[in-house]
Amino acid sequence: MAFSPNASQVDDGLKSELAKKGIVVTTLNQLYNWGRRSSIWPMQFGLACCAIEMIATACARYDIARFGAELFRPSPRQSDLMIVAGTVTKKMAPQVVRLYNQMAEPKYVITMGACSIAGGPFIDGYNVLRGIDRYIPIDVHLPGCPPRPEALLYGLMELQRKIDGQEIETTEWYQKGLKREYPIPDFGPHGLIPKFNPEVWNPRETENRKERYGEPILIGRKDKAPNLDLPPAPPRSAAPAPAAPPPEPAS
Amino acid sequence: MTEKTFSLHGAGDMDTQTLEINIGPQHPSTHGVFRMNVVLDGETIVSLKPVMGYLHRNHEQIAENMSYTGSMPYTDRLDYFNSMSNNFGYAMAVEKLANIEVPERAHYIRIIMAELTRLVNHVSVIGFLLNDLGAFFTPVLYAFREREKILDIFEEVAGARMMCNYLRFGGVKYDLSPEVLARIAGILKKFPKFLEEFETLLTKNEILCMRCQNVGVLPAELAVSASVTGPMLRASGVNYDIRKADNYSLYERFKFRVPLGQKGDVYDRYYVRILEMRESLKILEQAVKEIPAGDIMSKKMVPFLKSPRNFKPPVGEAYARVEAPKGELGYYVVSDGTAQPWRYHVRAPSFINLTILEDLCIGQKVADAIIILGSVDIVLGELDR
Amino acid sequence: MLSTADLKTKIEAAIPGTTLKLVRESLLLENPNDLLKVARFLKESDLGLDYLSSVTGADYLTYLESVYHFYSMAQKSGPVVLRVRTDRQNPQIPSLTALYRGAEFQEREAYDMYGIVYEGHPDLRRVFMWEGFEGWPMRKDYQQEDSETLEMADVAWLENQGVKVPEPIKAKAEELEKQGKRALAQKPGQPEPQ
Repeated sequence: MAFSPNASQVDDGLKSELAKKGIVVTTLNQLYNWGRRSSIWPMQFGLACCAIEMIATACARYDIARFGAELFRPSPRQSDLMIVAGTVTKKMAPQVVRLYNQMAEPKYVITMGACSIAGGPFIDGYNVLRGIDRYIPIDVHLPGCPPRPEALLYGLMELQRKIDGQEIETTEWYQKGLKREYPIPDFGPHGLIPKFNPEVWNPRETENRKERYGEPILIGRKDKAPNLDLPPAPPRSAAPAPAAPPPEPAS
Repeated sequence: MTEKTFSLHGAGDMDTQTLEINIGPQHPSTHGVFRMNVVLDGETIVSLKPVMGYLHRNHEQIAENMSYTGSMPYTDRLDYFNSMSNNFGYAMAVEKLANIEVPERAHYIRIIMAELTRLVNHVSVIGFLLNDLGAFFTPVLYAFREREKILDIFEEVAGARMMCNYLRFGGVKYDLSPEVLARIAGILKKFPKFLEEFETLLTKNEILCMRCQNVGVLPAELAVSASVTGPMLRASGVNYDIRKADNYSLYERFKFRVPLGQKGDVYDRYYVRILEMRESLKILEQAVKEIPAGDIMSKKMVPFLKSPRNFKPPVGEAYARVEAPKGELGYYVVSDGTAQPWRYHVRAPSFINLTILEDLCIGQKVADAIIILGSVDIVLGELDR
Repeated sequence: MLSTADLKTKIEAAIPGTTLKLVRESLLLENPNDLLKVARFLKESDLGLDYLSSVTGADYLTYLESVYHFYSMAQKSGPVVLRVRTDRQNPQIPSLTALYRGAEFQEREAYDMYGIVYEGHPDLRRVFMWEGFEGWPMRKDYQQEDSETLEMADVAWLENQGVKVPEPIKAKAEELEKQGKRALAQKPGQPEPQ
């Protein structure tokens, strides 16, 4: 979506002159967007570590109230914004999708932290979903582990910019008959069914993880168990080798 | 408490049914994604089954597949209020495994960090407990105001606010500068005043007393048999603090007392935490005053800072535990002589302290179940791992 | 506090018929069925090990193991490490929940991760994974699913929900179905040479 704020047709100089006389010239789009973006109510919904930074953002030092978003609502029906703050596990993912479905339009989603974007450091876990964008559409991705409160504020400002660019004639939720709901995945024997929703997300054509990040995190598979029944090795080798180890291969 | 019958069956010709409700996983007072299946008779709890695993992110499996140092940042994310204490336990386990000595100054820095973490945790958990009681968000604002000041120190020392990843095997990553020590001393001056302010608002508050006293009483025998640890155990009057029992690190050098509760109700758990903060301040004062100069890393381990994958402890096993703010945090590590541990297990206090949640809640009102859960002090990252 | 070897002779003398073996600093119980007797002795004798700190499972490829760490809160002593081994196909170990309530969740966790069945446990269900999950994820031979490739079950589910599945993804799923394979995550390589 283009981040073009709805520029009004009226000249800026004229507008400020008129404003001094107590006349405000605006468009309906601007007025609607101003109202919507200045009172985004997030859902009080924390998943993991990032939720603590979300709370810190709501507290005195960072004070998310300056952006009109201080009213954390526990119910999805009353909130406009879902901040997916933390790791989404496979066990939790159906609930997150269900909460999204229950939110009323217009609804926005910010993924906060690396985990909810793509699995983050826990990407290799058997119970970790590799990003909630596999099931629901996301408006703002907010990287970090966890992102600082300032970053969350920046993400919120980006969302406000996005709202500013919307127009009544074209924006989805002013059209008739829109109901953005996505199927809720089921628990399967090995993971979720389906693994992703191709309407929302598709796997990358080529796997370039290795090119980008070097060696994968999993560095060894073991076929030999340690035998603790044997007595410990003599003390000379009981400590790691004192000599400086060879330099590690560049990763 | 359990002798009373709560059933309304047979009261005249009226017959009532029990009601099964589900609290969580998305619920404002479950401290994350925790779920309770509660059966109610009217307002009274008949049965309560905790359901966990909504944040099970396979910490153990991932740790068994990566280098020893590689798991250190993952331990930060166990109990995300107290990254320093989590690091502490893991570092101790591996040091035991590979037989590594830690320099004195590093011990002091670790203790300073662990006790600062305890302040952060206890102050936050009291804020959240009050939030559960209905004091909507105001105590959390006070708590987080103080928390931010301590997090600033963590940031200056380790480079991160929450996920510090500061300890290494055989020491700590960065040294404390005299300015940081001065700032810590500054916090130590101001923190007691804040505690007094906090206590003026809370300790003798009538609503707090009425809601918390005699609610969720945990008898000492049950607490011991159910492996409950930490402030929750001491609120029941059992004198067991791992800092005293094991004398790990250099805790034997510091003078502090172990606060104990009498009844083991929610109020005692609240008040024990307040008192523990005062004791932590005492430890911090001594540590900041007495911290010696010297190395911060064991000589043997310095080369492995740059090449952690070459660190291969000998075959063996080790179990180390620390008194984390939530209770006994234990790490069980088995090495097979390669760069990755064969078995890595975290004994999580939040998880095991929840064993007796049902016993505490049966016979109480459903609103009290919320504050009992709040007083247990769970963190989901550690509970589900 | 007694040394591990003294503890071994003491337990063997007190409970006739049990055989223990020293494994490093721990005691290996040869017959898993003696576990309850030994634990009761540890708890109720003058050792006073009233606190079961940690229960955990472990997979050693040829057998599964359950490791117990006992401490004493009254005497502030410990730890005593007890280990019990059982075979992989039909792993069964008596539960300690009746003696130590603290074992309840930890045994459930070991059951969930390793499939060790603790006999006599009041409520042995999966604790972290959902009911209906197959396999024991912490065992070393667990095959993780590949989360980038859809299988036929996923495609059928999606089409049932009215979602259109792109052709290449569907073709891949059908190919897998024909070969009778599951989409599995790539195994990591062999460990680096020692």
